[in-house]
Amino acid sequence: MSINIRGVHKRFGDFHALNNINLEVPTGKLVALLGPSGSGKTTLLRIISGLETADEGSILFQDEDVTGRSVRDREVGFVFQHYALFRHMTVFENIAFGMRVRKAPNSEVQSRVKELLQLVRLEGLGQRYPAELSGGQRQRVALARALAVRPRMLLLDEPFGALDAKVRQELRSWLRKLHEEMHVTTVFVTHDQEEAFEVADQVVVLRGGQIEQVGTPTEVFDHPATPFVMDFLGNVNVFQGRLENGEMHLGPFRMDYPEYTHSHAQQATAYVRPHELELTREPASSRSLAARVIQLNPAGSVLKARVRSEDLGIELTVDVVREQADLLRLRVGDDVFVSPRNVRVFLPSDFAI
Amino acid sequence: MHLDRRVRKSAGRMVANEPAWLRWLLIGLAFFIVGWLIVLPLVYVFWQALSGGLGLFWKNVWHDPDTRHAIWLTLTVAPLAVLLNTLFGLAAAWVITRFDFPGKPLLVTLLDLPFAVSPVVAGLCFMLLFGMQGWWGPLLRTWGIKVVFAWPGILLATMFVTLPFVARELIPLMQALGPDEELAAISLGANPWQMFWRVTLPNIRWGLLFGVIQCHARAIGEFGAVYVVSGHIAGETDTMPLRVEKLFQEYNNPGSFAVAAVLALIALGTLVLGKLVLKHLEPPEQPESEPLS
Repeated sequence: MSINIRGVHKRFGDFHALNNINLEVPTGKLVALLGPSGSGKTTLLRIISGLETADEGSILFQDEDVTGRSVRDREVGFVFQHYALFRHMTVFENIAFGMRVRKAPNSEVQSRVKELLQLVRLEGLGQRYPAELSGGQRQRVALARALAVRPRMLLLDEPFGALDAKVRQELRSWLRKLHEEMHVTTVFVTHDQEEAFEVADQVVVLRGGQIEQVGTPTEVFDHPATPFVMDFLGNVNVFQGRLENGEMHLGPFRMDYPEYTHSHAQQATAYVRPHELELTREPASSRSLAARVIQLNPAGSVLKARVRSEDLGIELTVDVVREQADLLRLRVGDDVFVSPRNVRVFLPSDFAI
Repeated sequence: MHLDRRVRKSAGRMVANEPAWLRWLLIGLAFFIVGWLIVLPLVYVFWQALSGGLGLFWKNVWHDPDTRHAIWLTLTVAPLAVLLNTLFGLAAAWVITRFDFPGKPLLVTLLDLPFAVSPVVAGLCFMLLFGMQGWWGPLLRTWGIKVVFAWPGILLATMFVTLPFVARELIPLMQALGPDEELAAISLGANPWQMFWRVTLPNIRWGLLFGVIQCHARAIGEFGAVYVVSGHIAGETDTMPLRVEKLFQEYNNPGSFAVAAVLALIALGTLVLGKLVLKHLEPPEQPESEPLS
């Protein structure tokens, strides 16, 4: 079941929470609404579910206009941020709730709940109460409860927000696997870009009530549409400089930027991700920037180096692959050279951060 | 083990580091005051009521038709007022905790008004509204409805005085619970009725019961407001507290104390019930702060 959002506006008093949102979620896809707090991502999710109504615009499920329908009639599975499990009911009765209120025969309820308990790997915990479960287990009960009524789509509000790092990691890959088995159209809200990229087929980046970019994780990561997206998607080195004749001038230092061929100079901001900078002992080319290592932190498969360029008076973060780091035998205080492999330049006319 | 106990002991001493004599003086004072102000009068009531023997006590309570009527009146009007206030309290708590609307702070403040206004003043207001010289009194009289000097007046006065109890108990509880479970129920296909009976009510049941018990305790004992609106006609509009006062004024001490003892007994029963309910009333757990596995 595809979701079609057309021209949705939402205001809370003076606050413009959503400003002309147009978005299509294709059938069977897993889509992440990604953005900082206050970007409107949760409001958008609640408007899709019917928990909140839009001031303007319409919501279509497939070709059916559901704008005026209540959450009860939209047949969506909504998973709340803090799960909202019925605390006085057992896990079994929590999952059975949707079928019970629809007066499903008991035999059907029994078999369906059993099936779902298996699906979310909670066999044998049916008689527990929510308070007796761990955070990850509660999350899975909430998911099973939402799936029990065979919803037309699954909507999850910060599904892993309240869990610790390890459980979160496990649940992410589990959700991805579950989605591959069930193929229910799923939308989830997150402020964690890593989470969005790891789980989703498609990422929608929101900012201040507007959509900044929609695309696959690769598209969004490799070709950020705006400086905001670039900045939001993780660590980035920022250079302020002047753009002229296919080159970016940063003081004495220059970077190639063939996309800009005009001869008249323009102020611009260049962004380079830490893994797109290379460290060498000797200058790799005339374009290399001299710097000194001021800090080294091992972070999993890479070594995170902080280097300082006296020429430009700035500090940079460089991710050095482990093998490369071993080869370089870096120490704090060493003199090195930095060369960018990939530069993204945004002209001030594009957007401001 | 030894060390552990010593540590705990010293921790206890740190909480109360006043000298022992001061501590015991304060504790003694507290017991002394409670004893003189609360326990002794209560014991005296029972002692006086039973001073003529159980037979006389029973005769005073049961064989005086006016007293019997007063007991009957109190035990019908008070529960009715409690029932109506429970329905009102549920509705008010629901509206206040689940919706935003202009004038909400005013409504919350007004809810507390009966605690602040003297019951006698409330009684007088009802007299002015529903009395024969009042605004609506003559109109109601033409329809054959008698409010003042009749049980509907007593009901109104009792409701006014006990109005805040249920709502006051439920508002913080429902605020702490939040709307998410209810929204989850609706999103799973429950209608509002199913949501209330299956999700809301089970979550608030102990708080509701405690509010009802408090409301009932207050309703049974109400004197001032009822005194004004009822006209305290013996055998007709006398409630138990009014009957106690009347018998006392008539120098019928055994009779007065007998009814007072029954009132006190009901109050003690309510108190015990309330304590039992209170045991179940824990702050609702916050799932997000639970330890994770």
